[in-house]
Amino acid sequence: MSLLEVRNLCVDFETTSGRFRAVDGFDLTLNPGDITAIVGESGSGKSVAFLAMMGLLPWTATITSDVMKFDGHDLNVITPKQRRQIIGKDMSMIFQEPMTSLNPCYTVGFQIKEALRIHLGMDRKARHARAIELFEQVGIPAPETRLSAFPHQMSGGMNQRVMIAMAIACKPKMLIADEPTTALDVTIQAQILELLTSLQEETGMALVLITHDMGVVAETAQQVSVQYAGQKCEQQEVTALFTRPHHPYTAALLAALPERATTKHLPTIPGVVPGQFDRPKGCLFSPRCSIATDLCREAPPPVGGAEIGFARCHTPINLNAEETA
Amino acid sequence: MLNFLLSRLLTFIPTFIGVTLISFSFIRVLPGDPIIVMAGERGMSEERYNELRAQFGFDQPLFSQYWDYMTGVLQGDLGTSFVTKKPVFDEFFALFPATLELSLCAITLAILLGIPAGVIAAINRGKFFDRALMSSALVGYSMPIFWWALLMIIVFSGILGWTPVSGRISLMFYFDDVTGFMLIDSLLSGQAGAFKSAVSHLVLPTIVLATIPLAVIARQTRSAMLEVLGEDYIRTARAKGLPPSRITYVHALRNALIPVITVIGLLVGTLLAGAILTETIFSWPGIGKWMVDSIYRRDYPVVQGGLMLIAVMVMVVNLTVDLLYGLINPKIRKS
Repeated sequence: MSLLEVRNLCVDFETTSGRFRAVDGFDLTLNPGDITAIVGESGSGKSVAFLAMMGLLPWTATITSDVMKFDGHDLNVITPKQRRQIIGKDMSMIFQEPMTSLNPCYTVGFQIKEALRIHLGMDRKARHARAIELFEQVGIPAPETRLSAFPHQMSGGMNQRVMIAMAIACKPKMLIADEPTTALDVTIQAQILELLTSLQEETGMALVLITHDMGVVAETAQQVSVQYAGQKCEQQEVTALFTRPHHPYTAALLAALPERATTKHLPTIPGVVPGQFDRPKGCLFSPRCSIATDLCREAPPPVGGAEIGFARCHTPINLNAEETA
Repeated sequence: MLNFLLSRLLTFIPTFIGVTLISFSFIRVLPGDPIIVMAGERGMSEERYNELRAQFGFDQPLFSQYWDYMTGVLQGDLGTSFVTKKPVFDEFFALFPATLELSLCAITLAILLGIPAGVIAAINRGKFFDRALMSSALVGYSMPIFWWALLMIIVFSGILGWTPVSGRISLMFYFDDVTGFMLIDSLLSGQAGAFKSAVSHLVLPTIVLATIPLAVIARQTRSAMLEVLGEDYIRTARAKGLPPSRITYVHALRNALIPVITVIGLLVGTLLAGAILTETIFSWPGIGKWMVDSIYRRDYPVVQGGLMLIAVMVMVVNLTVDLLYGLINPKIRKS
């Protein structure tokens, strides 16, 4: 049985200027131990989909889905109380901004031990021992003294390690990392990614990596799902995706990688992700697509089969095995 | 922490000098001559007038008057009242407990009701309780205090007869001051009914004096809570699966209290100095009433000394608030 199964997840926000669909038909299946990357530009709904699963969206959000199951729990019908017993324990999440994601009024030790007490009911001594163990596990030097530090006394990288320690405190079955390295500088980024993958290996948890950085994807993920404007436009195994992208958007993203650039000027994707008011009639990517046809501009494309990476495209590319991107 | 305390104490010096300068010149700018007021309607002869002027030192230049005054102040002598002939210092500390008791009761009431009300309004944003609370806070804030006090007296003392109209305790009780706080002294005296009498005298002035602080604290708590509830660390707390009550009272409230404490500090300052209307209406024998009376009498030493002592009290309250701040906000404590 799969750990996480999501079919046709939609999230709408009630705004003063009407309804806005942030996530449009999100699908994902995750088995224990999988590492999946969710890639997309800002505003492509990648974080929102997972915040919806965690139940962390504000009340202005309406969440609908055909199937949303995690570890035998139906997240569609679960009560808030039951959900609180799952999140932070079996399903946990770390966020983009480590500096603002920790409460400035409490020591990091307090914030870690809190989760241990709520979910595992450990006594004071056991909590302290486990917190030190966790700090060691995430590579925080001098854990004993660091436990009594406040978030503002530590660097962003250290705070992100604290966030990770907190998220894995109860040995979760799935860890969602929402752009965990975006706010950190490059050398720290690599360390944090290494930490996440080694923790995943040790514990065998499933890891979801939400990112907009294709470099991060190449280094860590097994499966990649590319999101665009709230829709999934392609999903493939990582090497296949990098060698044979089927959706023009994926191809354009890959072409924009500095490592792959062949010309003096870095190729870019013209335009921006459509917002609430400029949603195209047909394929959402058509206004920015270099190979869009009239059909693309008129009718929404169907979701393709597994052989073309479920590409949501009228004119999928790289159909023959010989071609490469 | 010690450095912090010392540097704060150092800033007391210029503030203190400023306050004495202002209070000294302020009363002298007001029209009206204290000696003529003293003489009353009978008037006095030119010679007697000049004699008195020399006696109080009013014939000296202003600068040397100030110098004499400050020399006295630094030796702990604030002068004696023209009217009662008692040292200002003694008079102040005989009356101050009454004001302090009333102010403390009022601010306690305002905190105990205002903070929970603000929190509940914030977590029920836009719902009935929130709207009702915020409208009544606006009414409470804009209501003229004297009118509100009279209204309370009419209803609770006049119509319902539940509480006495004025004073601190019923005339049938008499006991010596121990702490100066009527609530404590009446208990210590052991007289039956004394404590009940003290409480019933305190209720109306407390409610009246607490009205504006209550409105301010409730509004401030609500807006601080709303802001904090949108912070990333609240999302983290929710992602940990913590129950909502723990998120509200442990994770959000402590952060939200930081601006609220600032406001409470300022309010306590204004209560100490500004219970004047309330004290006057309820004939509460505190420093507010004492100051008003002495301004009418052009009792220079009392006005000068009283203002200065009130200012010192306010400075002490502010210092306490700053220290409290450090307790709640670790960012300030360590830096």
